[in-house]
Amino acid sequence: MSNSELLFEYLLRNGDDRVVLGQRMAEWCGKGPIIEEDLALANISLDLIGQSVLFLKYASEVEGKGRDEDALAYFRDERKYKNLLLVEQPNTDFAFTIARQFFYDCYEYYFYTELANSSDETLSAIATKSIKETIYHLRHSSEWMLRLGDGTDLSNAKLQDAVDYLWCYTAEIFEMTELDNALLADGIAVDLNKIKPLWDAKVSEILEKAKIKMPDENTYMIKGGRKGVHTEYLGHLLSEMQILTRSYPGAKW
Amino acid sequence: MVNNSIQENILELLSGISDPEIPVVSIIEMGMVRGVEFQENRPVVVITPTYSGCPAMHQIQDDIAAVLKSNGIDAEVKTRLSPPWTTDWMTEETKQKLKKYGIAPPIGFSKDLKMDLFSVIQKVNCPFCDSGETELKSEFGSTACKSYYHCNSCHQSFEYFKCH
Repeated sequence: MSNSELLFEYLLRNGDDRVVLGQRMAEWCGKGPIIEEDLALANISLDLIGQSVLFLKYASEVEGKGRDEDALAYFRDERKYKNLLLVEQPNTDFAFTIARQFFYDCYEYYFYTELANSSDETLSAIATKSIKETIYHLRHSSEWMLRLGDGTDLSNAKLQDAVDYLWCYTAEIFEMTELDNALLADGIAVDLNKIKPLWDAKVSEILEKAKIKMPDENTYMIKGGRKGVHTEYLGHLLSEMQILTRSYPGAKW
Repeated sequence: MVNNSIQENILELLSGISDPEIPVVSIIEMGMVRGVEFQENRPVVVITPTYSGCPAMHQIQDDIAAVLKSNGIDAEVKTRLSPPWTTDWMTEETKQKLKKYGIAPPIGFSKDLKMDLFSVIQKVNCPFCDSGETELKSEFGSTACKSYYHCNSCHQSFEYFKCH
């Protein structure tokens, strides 16, 4: 792959993580457990979708084939999506949503901290801008981890289930693929090996405070998102997200 | 010289465009307009988004294009991310306008944003009765830039424009 193809792929991965998780969080709109949470989840969704636009818009420029950010989001099929498996997992219940968000926010925070130093000016600008939003997200999900984990027996059990279930999708986050290594050599990509220990430390700190047990260290880790091999949930999510644009191409408000 | 007067003229026009979510302040007062530049003598209006997902940005871009067009100015509108938008760019006067409108203005500076849990709840005075007896209900309000408070003195709920 040429350098611009590598960069395009890197931008897709990042745009896709955010558009998929943003779409998931938007499913809560109007269904939040309390109105404040309804607002919070919708706001976080909006931030993530906004950030995905920044990545996909840049991807569109790099590709230079006239596919804009909407075309990239709405007219690619499941196998062309390169998001992490973690972010496509269904909302299930509030504890599950919070655990998924916490694992992700924690990664995104350290990811942006590093990406802000990227030799690519646009990536660095996106990171510097977005991290201010991520700080709010991480605080929100961390605080809910504590409330739920250190709450009632029921909330603790639900959160423990969620953490145990989602754990198998966390190793993929830090996998250095050939693409990561190639772009890291140019100072563009983030060294995921560098942020993994920070993520591990933060996650174990919060789990401990939340009275949640660390998941089994022998958990079999599932990967595939970066190659476009997804769990069954992504296709359903995309069909809902894409149906309007595909049924009525060029539709405008 | 010609460019200077075009620049002033454009900024004057832009100061008449208000933030669609907060009609009492202009997009210039909000710090969204980073300046007017020239590319081969064609003016380029450089704007910066507040929050990445802020839906008002589309409206603002359309408003700018419409105002310039109706005044016979051929200009391009460009978005620039760096340096990222911050509430530090709001003047004291703008903050007072927000307060008068019923939104508690941002307190402090962006660089002091912390990510500590629980401990960083900003003490905000009620924009209606100035009481300090207020409580944070949610860090996320009706728009991305605001959080939601309640005043225990006058029992009015209000929004706080987050320091960002």
